[in-house]
Amino acid sequence: MERIPILKMGSFLLVTVQVDMHDQLAMNLQSDLTDKIVSAKARGVLIDISALDIVDSFIGRMLGNIASMSRILDAETVVVGMQPAVAITLVELGLALTGVRTALNIEKGMDLLRASIG
Amino acid sequence: MTGKGEILPLRASEDVVIVRQRVRALAAQEGLKLVDQTKIVTAASELARNTVIYGRDGTALLEAVEAGGRRGVRLTFEDRGPGIADLQLAMKDGYTTGGGLGLGLSGSKRLCNEFEIESKVGVGTRVTITRWR
Ligand SMILES: Nc1ncnc2c1ncn2[C@@H]1O[C@H](COP(=O)(O)OP(=O)(O)OP(=O)(O)O)[C@@H](O)[C@H]1O
Ligand SMILES: [Mg+2]
Repeated sequence: MERIPILKMGSFLLVTVQVDMHDQLAMNLQSDLTDKIVSAKARGVLIDISALDIVDSFIGRMLGNIASMSRILDAETVVVGMQPAVAITLVELGLALTGVRTALNIEKGMDLLRASIG
Repeated sequence: MTGKGEILPLRASEDVVIVRQRVRALAAQEGLKLVDQTKIVTAASELARNTVIYGRDGTALLEAVEAGGRRGVRLTFEDRGPGIADLQLAMKDGYTTGGGLGLGLSGSKRLCNEFEIESKVGVGTRVTITRWR
């Protein structure tokens, strides 16, 4: 089954979404990340969505689920690199992404993670 | 109005990805700005997923349209699924019977210039959206 790779960098996990995900792929990512946070004892998760040219309600829900699930497992999630057109569209769609922390790029996302983990 | 259309099947979640990609290509070809392309592709993703999940099997028709010198993209999603009993309710933000966010119909209406929905219980559902350049 196709899967999106999860990289471990110190106590962080990095996911770069590079394909136009169908729903099952997004669901797999959600469960793979849950397992990996536990097995790698990760404290932070960085999800780079700069290659995504849309975020719809399904992907939005997945990002929200990952954020709340990681929080329960004592890890912070930061979503980075959302394209401006995607952000504008999300707002009009009505998706608030409450509880999902975002940053402009990977570097800023890392800073945010380091600061919040201390 | 011109209508040179492409019909795509909607049976599985992979078909939703293909519809997104074809709508993107058409919207770019018709000269929609990037943000307007993003809006119609996002709306298409929502409606295509509804067709697969609730309609169970259906089609998407993608057309380039022209009216009064304006060009645009028109998409029609059609299925012979269970239909929607209360359209007003289904169009409300947050209303879902499938454990979703209930944003697909109401949100895609906001993302387009024109939105039309017809549905009959036991017959099926048809949603048509248009985004002008
Ligand atoms: N093609 C369809 N056939 C039958 N029922 C439909 C169809 N499309 C939508 N519905 C009904 O309308 C409701 C609202 O749809 P909408 O797309 O707004 O939300 P959702 O699919 O439940 O959640 P979301 O799209 O936010 O993930 C659905 O839960 C379903 O009951
Ligand atoms: Mg929906």
